[in-house]
Amino acid sequence: MTGNIVSLAIVLLLLALAVWAVVARNAFLAIAGFVAYGLLLSLVWVRLHGVDVALTEAAIGGGLTGAMLIGAVSRLRGTEAAARAERSGAGVHVLALLLSLGVAATLALCVLVLPDPAPTLAPQVAQNLAVTGVGNPITGVLLAFRALDTLLEAIVLVIALIGVWSLAPERFWGGRPGLRHQADPDGILAYFARLLPPLGIVFAVYIFWAGADHPGGKFQSATILAAMWTLVLMAGLADTPRIDHRALRFGIVVGPLVFIAIGVLGLFSAGALLAYPPQWAKPMIVVVEVALLPTLTLVLGLLLAGAPARRGGGA
Amino acid sequence: MNVETLYGLGAAALVGIGLYGLIVLAHPLRKIIAFNVMGSGVFVLFGALAKRGAAAGLHADPVPQALLITAIVVAFAASALAVALIVRLIESTDSASLASDPPDGSRD
Repeated sequence: MTGNIVSLAIVLLLLALAVWAVVARNAFLAIAGFVAYGLLLSLVWVRLHGVDVALTEAAIGGGLTGAMLIGAVSRLRGTEAAARAERSGAGVHVLALLLSLGVAATLALCVLVLPDPAPTLAPQVAQNLAVTGVGNPITGVLLAFRALDTLLEAIVLVIALIGVWSLAPERFWGGRPGLRHQADPDGILAYFARLLPPLGIVFAVYIFWAGADHPGGKFQSATILAAMWTLVLMAGLADTPRIDHRALRFGIVVGPLVFIAIGVLGLFSAGALLAYPPQWAKPMIVVVEVALLPTLTLVLGLLLAGAPARRGGGA
Repeated sequence: MNVETLYGLGAAALVGIGLYGLIVLAHPLRKIIAFNVMGSGVFVLFGALAKRGAAAGLHADPVPQALLITAIVVAFAASALAVALIVRLIESTDSASLASDPPDGSRD
């Protein structure tokens, strides 16, 4: 019973924060609400028994997305007043309200008439997990049963990064993303940027390795590494790399390439694309995970840094 | 009411709130935030369905949960691309307007 009360409180707070993120007076306030919303959402995942999802949500939904939006809002100052002037009229508001209510009501109705017992693939996963050699069912799904989704996702991430880069003005192509950050070298930011990354890296490696049998894995680990990198960049201790750097580009594509190579290998060794020969499943999954780690870390960090905005130069 | 239904209904409301903001808000950055609220509503609904699929000793169906992790990461990538587009729009036009005739802001 107390569990239900806690859940009800979480849902009400979640809805209040969602409304805040939509109606707040300015973009900065909306983003502040949205970051809190993302963190609360990870509590929802814990309540729904999705600890792996909760870890991802806390790191990406609350952390990286919030950091990206705050970075964007500082560059968009002055455009908000103009946007307010072109607010849609009362008619549009009423129509939007009706449409939103209709969609929400339809969804709510669907939730109330869901079939019982619910369709589930859990028994199949539990039955076949032992073959993959990993103990965490989520990792088993991500890298064995639904490996194609994970491969396509890694490719989508690389394409998104190419999309962001391609927005660079012609003269900055091949240069460094974002602005060079300046911070007081004796300040608290620089202090934390020296103190936290070693701890963060150890933590990320633990999350990465524990992901085989416990909640965690490459996505969560890569997000932590990307966050540590961003911290160092924001403290001005290091600069973003030039995007035409060969080693950087190799690091970005190594994950999908290794994944595809292992997938094609499966055609010959196990008779299907992305299939693993049973006794080799665990080592192959580990190879794919290790290869995806630099790709995910670099792509997440560079998506946050944005399009190239200055000439590379030597310094 | 069980926990899954409670979160499912909350998710439906989140989709509605996000959709309303997406249509009504004028600034593209605000639209991105609203779109993320709408998207997270879809995710929570999916998570509630995963919870309903608890069986065989697992507390939830791991297949939709794994897809959720993929979805959260892809949603971040899509948002990053959208933000980059807006920053570029403002750099090149000095305005964040999505209207076809930006200088005239007094349309109904």
